[in-house]
Amino acid sequence: MRYRYFPGCTLKGQAKSMEDTAMAAAAALGIELIELDEWQCCGAVYPLYEDELISLLSPVRTLAAAAGEPLVSLCSACHHVLKRAQELMQRNQDARHKVTDFLEVEYSGEGRVLHFLEVLRDDLGFDKLTEMIKKPLEGRKVAAYYGCLLLRPSKVMQFDDPENPTIMEDLLKTLGAEVVKSPYRTECCGAYLSVTEEGVASDTVARIIDSARQAGAEALITACPLCRYNLENCSREDGKEPIKVYYFSELLAEAMGLPGESTGADGSKEEVAQR
Amino acid sequence: MIIATGKSSLIDEMKVQSGQNPAECYQCAKCSAACPVTAAMDLLPHQVIRYLQLGLEEDLLKSKTPWICASCFTCAARCPRDLDLARMMEGIRLSMLRRREGNKFGPADLTPEQLEKLPQQALVSGFRKYNK
Repeated sequence: MRYRYFPGCTLKGQAKSMEDTAMAAAAALGIELIELDEWQCCGAVYPLYEDELISLLSPVRTLAAAAGEPLVSLCSACHHVLKRAQELMQRNQDARHKVTDFLEVEYSGEGRVLHFLEVLRDDLGFDKLTEMIKKPLEGRKVAAYYGCLLLRPSKVMQFDDPENPTIMEDLLKTLGAEVVKSPYRTECCGAYLSVTEEGVASDTVARIIDSARQAGAEALITACPLCRYNLENCSREDGKEPIKVYYFSELLAEAMGLPGESTGADGSKEEVAQR
Repeated sequence: MIIATGKSSLIDEMKVQSGQNPAECYQCAKCSAACPVTAAMDLLPHQVIRYLQLGLEEDLLKSKTPWICASCFTCAARCPRDLDLARMMEGIRLSMLRRREGNKFGPADLTPEQLEKLPQQALVSGFRKYNK
């Protein structure tokens, strides 16, 4: 299975452990992820006004660079931007002509744009993954936290049911964890409001953490570096046992018995200090 | 008293650039029920659409709400009229950034602690949302 791989900025910085563990798992599973040459930031947010064409230059350049091969990302935000940029290129001929003419590339919306979770579910199959689990996460109570960008808008993302997704729970089940379902698993973490309105992000994070804790979770998994940052850094001190936040790929690699231990909350802080 | 002017360049532009027509909203307020950040808003999401329907552009441009919206797309996912309020919110923000106030937040506003801690994704998305 051969794919082009778009890392995105954060995967080379604070979310390096997501990349390292996913790459190790992919290699062991026979999934070839070939990093694009000279890639640049996807822009992190999809432009919601259709005259914001300049913000599409980078994602469309990335889409064109994949040259029709399936393109895989790990970061929810990168995947969201690339998938929506592709949809716009398919739907809006005028925007496509302007952007591709400016970039001097040929691109008309072709190629599959996938999140790595979709590769595991749809191309590899969780059944096949089960055979590769060497150290099942027995007795670990883990909840999936989806957030926004993988699920919505569901007509474009076509990732899972936007209100009742199952892909991450199915992955956790495959990894042998005790799956905990929390009602706030598809709620927004506050996203970039942690930059300008930290109090607002603290409220959203408190609801997500409380809900997971009440459901009995000891840990959460996410596919988004900003979700993880907010969940770890915007939560209020409430005297209760903190919930560990992992990238889905960290638990995947752990259950497959691969090196590159899950770092958890403390590990990610160490990384920040080293940067 | 609210007096509707019925004329607004913001709203005319929005219909084209967001593909959304606020007149299609029937004010069920599902968006406001779904929104995770209403506690910090001065206008609720469905009220923003009502103001758009009434052409109250100046009031919208003074509101804090579009800057609290985190573009999480929950409102659009739940809207029975299939309207995308996140796109309309973007229109209000862009109208402010492009024509009125200029940048809302930039690198100079970051504290040294934020610069060290925030992930790259937070910085890029924050600047993209609050800058021209």
